[in-house]
Amino acid sequence: MIPELGQFALLLALALALVQGTLPIVGAARRQPALTALARPAAQGQFVFVAFAFGCLAWSFYANDFSVLNVASNSNSRLPTAYRVAATWGSHEGSLLLWVLMLTVWMVAVSAFSGGLPEDMVARILGVMGLVSVGFLSFLLFTSNPFERLLPAAMDGRDLNPLLQDPGMVFHPPMLYMGYVGFSVAFAFAIAALLDGRLDASWARWSRPWTTAAWIFLTLGIALGSFWAYYELGWGGWWFWDPVENASFMPWLAGTALIHSLAVTEKRGAFKSWTVLLAILAFSLSLLGTFLVRSGVLTSVHAFATDPRRGVFILAFLALVIGGSLALYAWRAGKVAPGARFELLSRESMLLANSVLLLVACGAVMIGTLYPLFLDALNLGKISVGPPYFESVFAPLMAPAILLAGLGPLVAWRRGDGAQAARRLRWAAIAALLAALFLPLAFGRWALLTSIGLLLGCWILFSSLSALVLRTRTASRSSMAFFGMVLAHAGIGVFVLAVTLVKSYEAERDVRLAPGQSAELGGYAFRFEGVRDVTGPNYVAARGTVAVSKDGAAVARLAPEKRIYHVQKNPMTEAAIDYGAARHLYVSLGDDVGGGAWTLRIQVKPFIGWIWGGCLLMALGGLLAASDRRYRTHARSNTLAPEATTVRGSAA
Amino acid sequence: MKRFLWPLAIFVLLVGFLAVGLRRDPREVPSPLIGKAAPAFDLPVLEQPGKRFSPADMRGKVWLLNVWASWCESCRDEHPLLVELSRKGTLPILGLNYKDKPEDARLWLTRFGDPYQLSVADADGRIGIDYGVYGVPETYLIDAQGVIRYKRIGVITPALLQEKILPLAATLKK
Repeated sequence: MIPELGQFALLLALALALVQGTLPIVGAARRQPALTALARPAAQGQFVFVAFAFGCLAWSFYANDFSVLNVASNSNSRLPTAYRVAATWGSHEGSLLLWVLMLTVWMVAVSAFSGGLPEDMVARILGVMGLVSVGFLSFLLFTSNPFERLLPAAMDGRDLNPLLQDPGMVFHPPMLYMGYVGFSVAFAFAIAALLDGRLDASWARWSRPWTTAAWIFLTLGIALGSFWAYYELGWGGWWFWDPVENASFMPWLAGTALIHSLAVTEKRGAFKSWTVLLAILAFSLSLLGTFLVRSGVLTSVHAFATDPRRGVFILAFLALVIGGSLALYAWRAGKVAPGARFELLSRESMLLANSVLLLVACGAVMIGTLYPLFLDALNLGKISVGPPYFESVFAPLMAPAILLAGLGPLVAWRRGDGAQAARRLRWAAIAALLAALFLPLAFGRWALLTSIGLLLGCWILFSSLSALVLRTRTASRSSMAFFGMVLAHAGIGVFVLAVTLVKSYEAERDVRLAPGQSAELGGYAFRFEGVRDVTGPNYVAARGTVAVSKDGAAVARLAPEKRIYHVQKNPMTEAAIDYGAARHLYVSLGDDVGGGAWTLRIQVKPFIGWIWGGCLLMALGGLLAASDRRYRTHARSNTLAPEATTVRGSAA
Repeated sequence: MKRFLWPLAIFVLLVGFLAVGLRRDPREVPSPLIGKAAPAFDLPVLEQPGKRFSPADMRGKVWLLNVWASWCESCRDEHPLLVELSRKGTLPILGLNYKDKPEDARLWLTRFGDPYQLSVADADGRIGIDYGVYGVPETYLIDAQGVIRYKRIGVITPALLQEKILPLAATLKK
């Protein structure tokens, strides 16, 4: 009964989405307030029904209803409760339902926090989001029904993929999807503005907090995913340039470019058509990511759903949404008035250069991700592109972007003063150079690439600090947006430093140890104390014990495991990690080589935690920026003065 | 106006590629090594650990290199076909014993029959990396000049042997 209710709720949500995607847009074009007024209730109603459907599916998982195919395929009665609930979005169908749920959450947010916007604008924005929702709901209902029954019911389920049985997996997809789907708001704003022909500074101001909010979620989602891969896959790597990782990274790059371009459009009214294009691209890349992951067009660890019908549907949807919006762009963007003029040395040109670099980097990632597919489509054979390509293309593109990011905040809008900027940045530059030259010596080994990485990291860190000092000295009061920017840039610096140090100074060894034997690595002694069998809720495991000491003093006791899950029978490596601010000690259990001896992989990873620390700083910076007063006061002043809104609405 | 059409044009191209890509099977992965010289190695012979073998020793002959392991279930399915092929003696088969323990491997050969002219022991799988071994079993057809002409990932079926490998080997011998 409950699954049927869920399915019925989804059908009702689809009906509401159809209403929301058509009538308000027509109403906005014909200036019929009765139709535009439908947007908000339709969006909120849709949220209620989708949330209800999601609740039904979660209940079926919680209650072990193995007559639902989705539950029988992705859960098991012995699966711990938290993972049973998380298994709701562990499958293809469930994760799409989560996608739609997130979309409706954003729609409700827009409907609730759009008091300051003209009614016809809100109608168009929610209308565009409604159309996106129509596409996803019909995809869900017609090709990937999460409530499909299995008759007769299974005795027990086939269990959730053991890789996904992890706390990181409980939070990673919702975060990531909030980010992915969040760009639909910026996208809807851009399409609404194109439809309306009203691309101005206030459009940019409205878009900014929404874009930043989506970007925060995406940043956190990617960081969580990377951290999960680090400790769960057991290889000690944190980024694999896997197609699915790239699928989430591409919208992030485009979104980052969008945030910066929006800043220029708001402050200076420039780059309007560029900003609109970026908004379309950021969301299009989110859709493309969904297509790549869900259609099985690329092989990847993640691509578990491969059904050609689904692929065709998503591709058609993709062509319609992206093709349609790019056609609209081609038609309308030419009519946008050019923005204010600026000189070559100005903050505008730096931000433009940066967003172009970010987009080019995004294009490079896309080429690497899709290249195997292109070759195959042209019958030129099948290949796979690995990390060497991405690393050699991505790093040189990011280096100038980072240099510019340090420079930009200290150069004036419109017309910068080169001598002044040099004066302001000389200490940061000198300190970064010194650090780059001498810091590697403290770690014992100097290498050019290490030095360049440290230079870039320190440069952006110190120049952000200079900007902060300058601002607190000269300005009486600073905006949250400024602090947010400084913090996010510092986060980039921390991230770059951490990546450089890990890449340069990490050490690993594969050893064969009998109980009582030790291995040395990076000044630490790893003493293997043997393996014993343990039993988990739905698995059995061999758990090793490794005592780590440094100069005779005990540092940590690590317990790496090798698990066999009862249902799916595949062995899983659970690495054991000792987290420290300056290094992680990482031990994973290999194979039993007889006589109580095992192969072990031991790794010492200096400063690796700061990779995610840097991401966290970026997200925090985004949070500060999005909470800037001027977005809220702007909204409030408009709600207090409705006549001002109507004037603006009719003037267009 | 015209420059604003570029994004659309690029996207249309992309959709075309994606549409074609959808109809392909991503699991069908031919080796980039085809048409290239077989990577050299020098490994101990499984049956006589004192002796060593390298692909250069097979110069002038067309031969099969079969990657196998005693822990590999599907190798057992493939094995009778290899034994039969070796009986005919038309095409020499050499084994690359991949990530295996020599004693297990030797036991396996005595139990199921030894179709190999000889097998080399790639205990740590390092040569497997050079050959891009994807999964065991895998089979390479190598010509008289030491160039890889064909690669099969997975089990060789009788049909595949009759229709593809043997005809190709026959043309290579000419």
